[in-house]
Amino acid sequence: MTATYRRRRRVERLMFGATAAATVTTLGVLVFLLGYIAWQGASSLTWSFLTALPAPVGEPGGGMANAIVGSAKLLLAAALVGIPVGFLGGVYLAEYGRGALADWVRYAADVLNGVPSIVIGITVYALVVIPVGHFSTLAGGLALGLMMIPVALRATEEFLRLVPDSLREAALALGAPRWVAIVRVVIPAASRGIATGLLLSLARVAGETAPLLFTALNNRFWSPGWSQPTASLPVMIFTYAIAPYEEWHQQAWAAGLVLLTLVLGTNVAARLLLRGGAIGSA
Amino acid sequence: MAPAPLRRGRHRGDVVFRSLSLGFALSVIAIAGTIAVVLFRQSALARAAFGWRFLWTSSWDPVALRFGALPFIYGTLATTAIAIMIALPLGLGAAICLAELMPRRLADALTFLIELLVAVPSVVYGLVGVFILVPAMRSFETIVQPVLGSVPFFAGPAYGVGLLTASILLAVMIVPFIVAVSREVLLAVPQSQRDAALALGATRWETVRGVVIPYARSGILGSVFLALARALGETMAVTMVIGNRPEVSASLFAPAYTMAAVLANEFTEATDKIYLAALVEIGLVLFVITLGVNAIARVLIARVRRAPGAARP
Amino acid sequence: MLDPGLSRLRPTPSATSEAPTKITVRDLVVHYGGARALDSVSLDIPANRVTALIGPSGCGKSTFLRCLNRMNDHIPGARVAGQVTIDGDPIYGADVDPVALRRRVGMVFQKSNPFPKSIFDNVAFGPRVHGERDRTRLREIVERTLRQAALWDEVQDRLDASALELSGGQQQRLCIARALAVEPEVVLMDEPASALDPIATAKIEELIHELKNAYTIVIVTHNMQQAARVSDLTAYFYLGRLIEYGPTERLFTNPSRPETEDYITGRFG
Repeated sequence: MTATYRRRRRVERLMFGATAAATVTTLGVLVFLLGYIAWQGASSLTWSFLTALPAPVGEPGGGMANAIVGSAKLLLAAALVGIPVGFLGGVYLAEYGRGALADWVRYAADVLNGVPSIVIGITVYALVVIPVGHFSTLAGGLALGLMMIPVALRATEEFLRLVPDSLREAALALGAPRWVAIVRVVIPAASRGIATGLLLSLARVAGETAPLLFTALNNRFWSPGWSQPTASLPVMIFTYAIAPYEEWHQQAWAAGLVLLTLVLGTNVAARLLLRGGAIGSA
Repeated sequence: MAPAPLRRGRHRGDVVFRSLSLGFALSVIAIAGTIAVVLFRQSALARAAFGWRFLWTSSWDPVALRFGALPFIYGTLATTAIAIMIALPLGLGAAICLAELMPRRLADALTFLIELLVAVPSVVYGLVGVFILVPAMRSFETIVQPVLGSVPFFAGPAYGVGLLTASILLAVMIVPFIVAVSREVLLAVPQSQRDAALALGATRWETVRGVVIPYARSGILGSVFLALARALGETMAVTMVIGNRPEVSASLFAPAYTMAAVLANEFTEATDKIYLAALVEIGLVLFVITLGVNAIARVLIARVRRAPGAARP
Repeated sequence: MLDPGLSRLRPTPSATSEAPTKITVRDLVVHYGGARALDSVSLDIPANRVTALIGPSGCGKSTFLRCLNRMNDHIPGARVAGQVTIDGDPIYGADVDPVALRRRVGMVFQKSNPFPKSIFDNVAFGPRVHGERDRTRLREIVERTLRQAALWDEVQDRLDASALELSGGQQQRLCIARALAVEPEVVLMDEPASALDPIATAKIEELIHELKNAYTIVIVTHNMQQAARVSDLTAYFYLGRLIEYGPTERLFTNPSRPETEDYITGRFG
């Protein structure tokens, strides 16, 4: 009898050892990824990288100032599209939506969430770029904004639902109309959770490249205004990484480091903020 | 306090606010519908010209304007399938370790870190893929070729870029996803189930394999489908390491192409109307496949939420 | 304060003169983290009898029960000291395999916990895990134990149905059958009928009465009437200490400790 037990114990040790190895591997990839990018990127992350325009092709030097500003503008445009739709749509679902219509909205948000980002790019290309006749920052911002909607919607609805009904009833009992109760009591109560959710939705699209490829395209110079193609960090990384110039590869690493820091930093900040409690006082 | 006479005014505020939020909510439906409509209409030229043959013809000729999507469908399905085969054991294994073996605090911290991987942009994975994975694969292929080169799976020159390289990179990208969701599902299995198995004399591993995983089966499968949906749409990292060659080949080392990658590369080059329509049709196919996979994932996850086990009194 | 002379209680000869001792417990001490759950408990549990453990909530009776099959090993922060032997073999010790122990000592839980598998697979789980592969033998085991648990007649034609379709009382009898399938010598029951209605409870009690011919049974219950109906010996725990232990009839009609009398007359708890 002890022989079978020994064998079963051996099997257990083996299998659990394998799971530990899987964990170590996964974490190892993470550490390696972050470390390597930090190492490679840090050496090229000079002040000129952050402030200079790209140098002419083949020439050394230059930077990605226009890409940094471009990404910022794109995110601003995206926020103008994604936040109102996602936020107010979420308000509707949480406060008014019961029944079939609300289910359809949620289903549509799920579909939107699952659409590959490149397909969103195609859609905006057909709807905006073709009629207007050229690529533009606005088109890129729109594409990113569309991608933000499902994330912002779900976050808003979720956190609003966490607010206890007793708060709503208290406001209504004081004679406030429904919309005042929502705007001045319920939303402020969920504000921390919603803010982090919106922040996370922004962080998610900050790293997106595919939808920009045929909406905002790229630009080796400044892009004043909103109706011209613009550079962005993700697209620059892509362009530089597959190009044959070693100098550009270095800059791609630096850009990757900047992008990664922004995106991961936002994620960590958002999670930590949430740990402090999603529902605060109004 | 003076009495409030304007009941009509307040009523109007409610109507306005409700209509506003309803409008925005409805716009989500409109947007989703618009995407479908746009894809359908902009691909009309190609659908009319090639019909269903589009899905299984493998010629992709922008000069002669003959288009078939098979290489891309093959590339997408093959990379995704191989990626899942690599990522599932790794991800599930790590999830088991984090849910069943490690002390809770440590596991929570490590899971937090792993979940950060989910947020890394695709293009950054592509960077690492291009400069680290591809050279590594080239060396690997050069070593393996003399030994296994006759086997069709390993034939061909050692480019470094190719189907297998892209699959590995995809696997790296979806593992954290599987870990995070599977771990949650495993943690949700009631302790009473484990207690029952342990009390019968099962080892901890036998408990995990025989009771915990079967109990969590739907959720784990759901996580796989979600990861699948993500992998299908992955564009940047894949296009940077797959070689971008529209050919179906048995070799894992051969360059290939996926639907998302060809869209990324050729969309802005498509000068001809039918060329563009063919590309949009590829987008339509991708859209439909992703929709289907997401639907399956939703059903599976819904089965988890219905708690399996409330007995009749 | 507890009389130190009571630290080694044994059942009086008249109730158990024919029954050899199955389990001996000496100076069992259990800590959960910093809190002490059991304080130096010692007693002898006779074979083929039903021993009931009673006491108010938190008195340590479930903790004591879980020591007998080392289920406390799986509670983080639990520390066990003292000695427990079954048929003279110590069950704690570096060379003792808890997995093997749990084949000899089975457990039925307060809330029935069938696996979301078929009735057959639930009962067959234990034997399969211990290496039984033969389909015919498994079917024999399943039928035998379902009969022992008085469930066979109700489920024999739907062994492949999900166990979750059974009623609460049936599920608990299924869990008993499942525990019996590994052929234990001792069956531990942690308030097995507390979640059941009176009719289902009566069936379980009847079952216990029949099972004791083949097994040693230790049952935790907060229902004193149940303890009186079902058990041969009763141990009364309070605040982690064993207060009194003896033949059930005597303990309930003429307890020797005032604390016991307070509890059974309902003065508290």
